[in-house]
Amino acid sequence: MREYDTIIIGGGPAGLAAAVEIYNEGVTDILILERDIQLGGILQQCIHNGFGLHEFKEELTGPEYAQRFIDKVEELKIPYKINTMVLDITKEKEIHIMNSEDGYQILKAKTIVLAMGCRERTAGAISLPGTRPVGIITAGTAQYYLNMKGYLVGKKVFILGSGDIGLIMARRMTLEGATVLGVAEILPYSGGLTRNIVQCLHDFDIPLYLSHTVAKVKGKDRVEGLTLMEVDENRKPIKGTEQEFEVDALLLSVGLIPDNELSESADIDIHRRTNGPIVNEKMETNVEGIFACGNVLHVHDLVDFVSAESRRAGRGVVRYLNGEKTLSKGVETVNGQGVSYVVPQKLHVDQIEGKFAEVFLRTTDVYHDAKIVIKLDGKEIKTFKRPHLAPAEMEHLKINKELIDIDYGQLSVEVVEKEAN
Amino acid sequence: MKEWDVVCIVCPKGCRMKVTEENNDMKVSGNQCKRGLTYGVKEVTNPTRVITSTVKVNHPIHRRMPVVTKGAVPKGMMLDVMKEINLIELELPIMVGDMIIGDVLGTGINIVASRTIK
Amino acid sequence: MLDVIVIGTGISGSFVARELAKFDLNVMVLEKNNDISNETTMANSAIIHSGYDPVPGTNKAKYNVEGSRMYEQVCKELECEYKRVGSLTVAVDDEQVQTLYELEKRSVINDVPVSILTRDEALAMEPNLADATKAVLLAESAAIIYPWEVAIALMENAMDNGVTLKLNQEVIGIKKLDSGYKVITTNESFEAKLVINCAGVFADKIHNMIAKKTFEITPRRGQYFVLDTTVGNLVNHVIFPCPSTKGKGVLVTPTTHGNLLVGPTSEVIADKNGIQTTMDGLQYVREHANTIVKNIPYHKVIRSFAGLRPSSDLHDFIIEEAKDAKGFIDVAGIESPGLASAPAIAKEVIRLVKSRIELVNKVKFNPNRKAYTTFAHLNLEEKKEIIKKDKMYGQIICRCETVTEGEIVDCIRRNAGATTIKGVKKRVRPGMGRCQGGFCEPLVVEILARELGIDPMEVKYDSVGSNIFVEETKFNQEQIKELKAKGE
Repeated sequence: MREYDTIIIGGGPAGLAAAVEIYNEGVTDILILERDIQLGGILQQCIHNGFGLHEFKEELTGPEYAQRFIDKVEELKIPYKINTMVLDITKEKEIHIMNSEDGYQILKAKTIVLAMGCRERTAGAISLPGTRPVGIITAGTAQYYLNMKGYLVGKKVFILGSGDIGLIMARRMTLEGATVLGVAEILPYSGGLTRNIVQCLHDFDIPLYLSHTVAKVKGKDRVEGLTLMEVDENRKPIKGTEQEFEVDALLLSVGLIPDNELSESADIDIHRRTNGPIVNEKMETNVEGIFACGNVLHVHDLVDFVSAESRRAGRGVVRYLNGEKTLSKGVETVNGQGVSYVVPQKLHVDQIEGKFAEVFLRTTDVYHDAKIVIKLDGKEIKTFKRPHLAPAEMEHLKINKELIDIDYGQLSVEVVEKEAN
Repeated sequence: MKEWDVVCIVCPKGCRMKVTEENNDMKVSGNQCKRGLTYGVKEVTNPTRVITSTVKVNHPIHRRMPVVTKGAVPKGMMLDVMKEINLIELELPIMVGDMIIGDVLGTGINIVASRTIK
Repeated sequence: MLDVIVIGTGISGSFVARELAKFDLNVMVLEKNNDISNETTMANSAIIHSGYDPVPGTNKAKYNVEGSRMYEQVCKELECEYKRVGSLTVAVDDEQVQTLYELEKRSVINDVPVSILTRDEALAMEPNLADATKAVLLAESAAIIYPWEVAIALMENAMDNGVTLKLNQEVIGIKKLDSGYKVITTNESFEAKLVINCAGVFADKIHNMIAKKTFEITPRRGQYFVLDTTVGNLVNHVIFPCPSTKGKGVLVTPTTHGNLLVGPTSEVIADKNGIQTTMDGLQYVREHANTIVKNIPYHKVIRSFAGLRPSSDLHDFIIEEAKDAKGFIDVAGIESPGLASAPAIAKEVIRLVKSRIELVNKVKFNPNRKAYTTFAHLNLEEKKEIIKKDKMYGQIICRCETVTEGEIVDCIRRNAGATTIKGVKKRVRPGMGRCQGGFCEPLVVEILARELGIDPMEVKYDSVGSNIFVEETKFNQEQIKELKAKGE
């Protein structure tokens, strides 16, 4: 059985960035596996701009951002297989793959990078009440149809959920000739970035209904209408607030879920909050030599951070192949008050590159004039002031590693809101 | 004195800014960087937007080529620019950055391909 | 003139069609939808009840007991999933324990073996039974199937043996002829000596077209949750609550494909197309399921749906010739345990047919139908082999359920084949998994367009009016010409 130094599962932004970094660090026996007909992953259908400000210091569209990495992979002649599905991964690092040209094969790898991305939450998952006609569709699938194939799934559209894909699709469908009647968000704040509310909704006078949900979908063959209702603080619809809309499609932008069925088959521990693997400072999972990065690890709002995280995973792969050993037991990161998750979940100070430990987190709520407090075994070691925190916006913190230079312990991250006056 | 509330869309931070005009003097507050300053003034004097869309490709699998305006066009012209984009049909191969429409509607802005399809 | 027209392609109509196919008869099946088994058979609990509990002496008791004994053989011939998982009926208080003993008495009359287990015995078998469990009644012969798989396989087999299927034929009138009936549909009319009415919730409407009103069908809606296959083993038997006057109640069961099914509600509604789920209904399901099974992980729900059971005001199955319309046979009011009873009901229909026309066995009748090759179930060598033979089996279309292009193409090309996204999903499962078609639906659209020789704009999700796309973007050549003519 052919054994690769590293096999990367997924040829999207995470997989490509990891591949290039691994190559640049001197390991060239790489194979990228991609199930789609081309490299680039979800970026190929994210044709809007707003990518690359951190990574390239210029504003790019999704396909342009992907193209830079694809061109690099081609230039370095890093091998990849497209139209290839990974069916199984074992903890012994055997990878079962299949495509119509080579048939069914089992490959072996010294290291694996999991970069499978995420999937959308569906109407089924949120138990949307009403009938099940055509026209109820996740925003990402509607985006694929519109941007890759050139089809509109509706001409009078409503969007449930204010995630970024939903907001972006409100603008895209409007520009391509549909009317978007509104966006409903069950929470009192938006799930997407503020700039997207401005340029995708305000620009086209599309109303955003916060604390509202779709209480009923109507229509036999195709969606014919829906009932929108305001919800109370327990997210239960309030009687008497019904508003009727005549629409032919309902797009859902109600969340993304890391796609980890393969990871689970390799006995990789999955974090309850991120729905992604539990990783250390090198993005290495509990199975030595298997790394994870990008949206399979936790859902990002900026691809630039995916690229940075994936390079870190790439360097982790090379260091593992070079036989570097971890000496410390590690500091565990935990979510304190107001924090929904922290990645990575484990930090081995002796393994951290450079001066800083980098952690990413999301908050559970919107906070103003808050501070993020870092405690090591209960003792406050650092605070970060933040004028504005929101669940939709991932926070990135750098903690001087000297502050956490212990063999093992617990690093908690919490949000403290400034007391009113 | 005139006053506008503007949310900056230059980067994902989304700074909430106040733009004021007094005696032809424009002031911006609430921005966290220099780019917000420029954006704030522009948004209340001559708002512009980058447009991203697709054009038809004569190919059974790759039916659409994503395109982008290289630079922003006046916000009020968005739908007119879309009409121009909707007229085009392309043959492959096309490389990222290839010109699709030059100086669209006299705006001085080019529309280019945003990926490579060989 | 045809010998027999069967109206409806649910589980009853499909069993009847396949039984008729065993004889030298000219049989046509009419279906108003664009796919078979798209209503009640598509949305139910998928259980072959053992038959211990219907009131002895009723049609329900008779056909349930007979039917459930026939299923395994039929599923063998048609290569359909059949799993005899057994059922547990849970008593959570003393009154319910008494009910279990009543049911045990009934089971003796119905001749279906059951046994009553203590709480400890039950929990040893099913650790996730509710803490309040006092005793359970075990019926080992209860089974689960994939209802529309069986119906589709029956129809495919019937067609392989000469039966004609006509889709998109809604019956709008029936006229008496000298020697039979003229059945008029929205677009054609057909004549036959006999008519079998298997029209589900619409059986009363069809009956009243030719005979005096003798019964009325009221739809009873049932709402359900489907949970992901990762939690399908929460229970290993069909778990029923203790039955009450309101029916069998909310049950929890594994499915043949490893999902967990929770439901149904039992709501009498007026609308015969009323398959909406409701917030209240789904809440009812959650609350009641929790009384018999604990730890149901509702965050693993991948879909909720509702189906209608055709309940008649006679409260029993109606399988008889209409008194005032000789040769017009009703198969009506087939609510639970209708799925389990269907094979026996079809045999009864044959007896009724035989009293009107002569039946000669078809010499060439082939009872067997090949299952689709389920790629996911093959072993490694078989997988390699089939890809070598047909490259389309090397292309995964649905990653959640591991469905290949080969399977999808097969289910489109067969008799009674799929013509819609839902039709493909019903047959070989792309889109049944956790992503609910988010990734694979676009690929299935392309395969359907290619195989059916139609434009993607014409591909339908389900019913005739359910095209996936409403418009293609960008101007077409004609629009460009028009614009140019206008000088724009």
